[in-house]
Amino acid sequence: MSDKKKHELSRRTILKTGVAAGLVFATPTILTRNAWASEFTNDPGSSKSVVLGFNVPQTGAYSEEGADELRAYKLAVEHLNGGGDGGLMNTMKPMSLKGNGILGKKVEYVTGDTQTKSPAARASAKRMIEKDGALMITGGSSSGVAIAVQGLCNEAKVMFMAGLTHSNDTTGKDKKRYGFRHFFNAYMSGQALAPILEKEFGNSRRAYHLTADYSWGWTQEESIKNATEKLGWSTVAPVRTPLTQTDFSSYITQAINSDADVLVLNHYGKNMNDSLKAAVSFDLRNKIAKTGKQWEVVVPLFSRKMAQGSGDDIKGILGSTNWNWSLPDAATKAFVKSFADKYGFPPSMAAHTCYVQTLLYADACERAGTFNPAGVIPALEGHKFDNMGNGPTEYRAEDHQCFKDVLVVRGNPNPSTQFDLLKVEQVVPRSQVEYEASMFGGELGPI
Amino acid sequence: MNNKTTQKDLFLMLAFAAVIFAMPIWLEPIGASYPDLMQKFAIFGIFAIGFNILFGLTGYLSFGHAAFLGIGSYTAVWSFKLLTMNVIPGLIFGTLLAGVFALAIGFICLRRSGIYFSILTLAFAQMSYNLAYSVLTPITNGETALQLTLQDPRILDDAPLSGAGLPSTELFGVSMSGLPGFYFCAVVLIIAFYVSLKIFRSPFGLKLAAIKSNQNRMGYTGFNTRPYLLAAFVISGMYAGLAGTLMAVTDPLAGAERMQWTASGEVVLMTILGGLGTLIGPMIGAGLIKYFENIFSAFNENVLHEIFSFLPEILENLMVFIINPFVGKGWHLTLGALFMVIVIFLPGGIMEGLSRIAKWVRKDRSKPTGDDMGTAKSKPSPGEG
Repeated sequence: MSDKKKHELSRRTILKTGVAAGLVFATPTILTRNAWASEFTNDPGSSKSVVLGFNVPQTGAYSEEGADELRAYKLAVEHLNGGGDGGLMNTMKPMSLKGNGILGKKVEYVTGDTQTKSPAARASAKRMIEKDGALMITGGSSSGVAIAVQGLCNEAKVMFMAGLTHSNDTTGKDKKRYGFRHFFNAYMSGQALAPILEKEFGNSRRAYHLTADYSWGWTQEESIKNATEKLGWSTVAPVRTPLTQTDFSSYITQAINSDADVLVLNHYGKNMNDSLKAAVSFDLRNKIAKTGKQWEVVVPLFSRKMAQGSGDDIKGILGSTNWNWSLPDAATKAFVKSFADKYGFPPSMAAHTCYVQTLLYADACERAGTFNPAGVIPALEGHKFDNMGNGPTEYRAEDHQCFKDVLVVRGNPNPSTQFDLLKVEQVVPRSQVEYEASMFGGELGPI
Repeated sequence: MNNKTTQKDLFLMLAFAAVIFAMPIWLEPIGASYPDLMQKFAIFGIFAIGFNILFGLTGYLSFGHAAFLGIGSYTAVWSFKLLTMNVIPGLIFGTLLAGVFALAIGFICLRRSGIYFSILTLAFAQMSYNLAYSVLTPITNGETALQLTLQDPRILDDAPLSGAGLPSTELFGVSMSGLPGFYFCAVVLIIAFYVSLKIFRSPFGLKLAAIKSNQNRMGYTGFNTRPYLLAAFVISGMYAGLAGTLMAVTDPLAGAERMQWTASGEVVLMTILGGLGTLIGPMIGAGLIKYFENIFSAFNENVLHEIFSFLPEILENLMVFIINPFVGKGWHLTLGALFMVIVIFLPGGIMEGLSRIAKWVRKDRSKPTGDDMGTAKSKPSPGEG
């Protein structure tokens, strides 16, 4: 190899390195040159449309609920843009929405699959924020995922309107300034269920908990345990089950062989269908427990979707729910009508809360006159509204949790249609389920 | 090592670095130039490059590499929780701990070869996954995933101001989210690639390749192969650990599903899709799979209607109807079909496709003379760039 050749190579190398290095140093400026122009993340500026991110489970144990949430989001976007029959925009009070999008900008949306896994959900939300320019992320069906995405949105300073998430932590110890929840929580379920449990089953029962092993399961188990132990019940064993479990026979046999007489299923979605199926196949509900009392099953968080998945097994079982399509008020009727007209069946409670959250966000933007979270957050904090299906409701400023009446439901023994599966047993007033904002700890943090 | 190879490698390194650093530019037209996805390209690139050192060079197919990924992630998040938000300690501890685990697991699994080795590694990975979900929940936080909290001690950091939010991971003051996070991963990727290149070119790499071609014959020549296999296993385990720590660096949250067998299977797919035993191939495979996972899975009917809006309405609806099952939640279907096509027609992966195209172009330019260029090798030999 001659000297000359070596020299040539190094010159070329220098040139190449120079070009590469130039590119490298130029890229950050190329990509961020617009960053300083906007005041807040994903400022739509003079763009004619805004993007919302719908992040729901499309695969996994909660995919049924996720699919229904997505239907509700699409319906909400249609209504916001002035399409369809307007749904709850005809009843909501107070309302500033005009049916021309939000602040005159057309509403567009992007979707993502959370896979019911926190890292996948965060990756999907990041894509919506970084690539699609989403102003608001919403979705749920798993509290673990909701909490993880809420944390991400808070860091990115993007609004998070939680969908179905029932854990106390979402607006408790993990609450965030940018996160808001319309759905009720496990504590409220416990408070709402306790009196009726006492009335039906007495106050010397022994409870056996099967609990989905993550944030939501833990707090629901704790809430039900506290509420029932106040009645004089005792808790035999809290058993944790993995979310991915599909065969619960071994858990049920253990429960039957214990000295308990009430089975509390802290399960949701397909999990609950599977565990209840196992309980029924061991004929648990017709057995007399070792205590000499009739075995009973309680499903603290109940939904019509879950009832549909369980068929006849759910008849007579007690639970609590955020909303049910059979409620008689005008708002519920309007929402059920526009949902059923579009999709051919009534909405689930997951669909309802997601639809309402989207409208509430849009309404808050209209009232604030900006998409800037610094304006939207104060517009939502302490906001009182009515006629959205749950009666008078308030977004508490201290923890961003909605306070409203809670429904106690029972699996309908004589359903008239295939959707008439839950009978509203009792509407528990807000005052009975309310608690101090500081009870669960946590901090909202700065805007 | 002759001079020519060194020069070629130098050029390869420079070209590789330039391509990686310029990702934000050339990924722009295909909608993949946002930081989170580019970080993933780099991180899974490292994972696949490391996996290729074991699978591509020695032919030992491990189905348990996701365990090391998870170990790296958990260690890094714990380092952020207990020590400091600076990423360097997390990076070092995560990689080292993954190496220690790889040493232990490799020591046992490498007593067998072929399918038995694969099953053993799979068993270990599933064991780690299930442990992370059950008895180890105090360390791993189970389903909720290990996350940072405001109450973490972080003994090396200054106490945060009250009312401040969660701290973010940083490298001496530079926040590791967004683009800086990508550039950090890119630098690590380039170093990792360089190390892998050196291993491929070294006598050590040659010995690993010899084990792949005929382990028995290696044994007959009086050569003890196991230490070399173990070294390769530990190195590739450490690569996986490094990838895991980088995942935690860019998003400080560690979940157990990172250790599930599907994650181990994914890296096998990446390597085969890109080109087994080639230097760049696994990186391309990783990029392709992550692109599918993040971009194709996000297509919904609206996006499709937009794409085909130039067609008359009936045709538009027909196209959307046909394509819809293959995008969105059906992206696995597209990936599966692509994988089948590649394995059947290009057993050497995308790299073989590229080299065929390169040969075809060269032949076309220099006018076909009927030489032996037409028959492509079915399998690229180890060490081929």
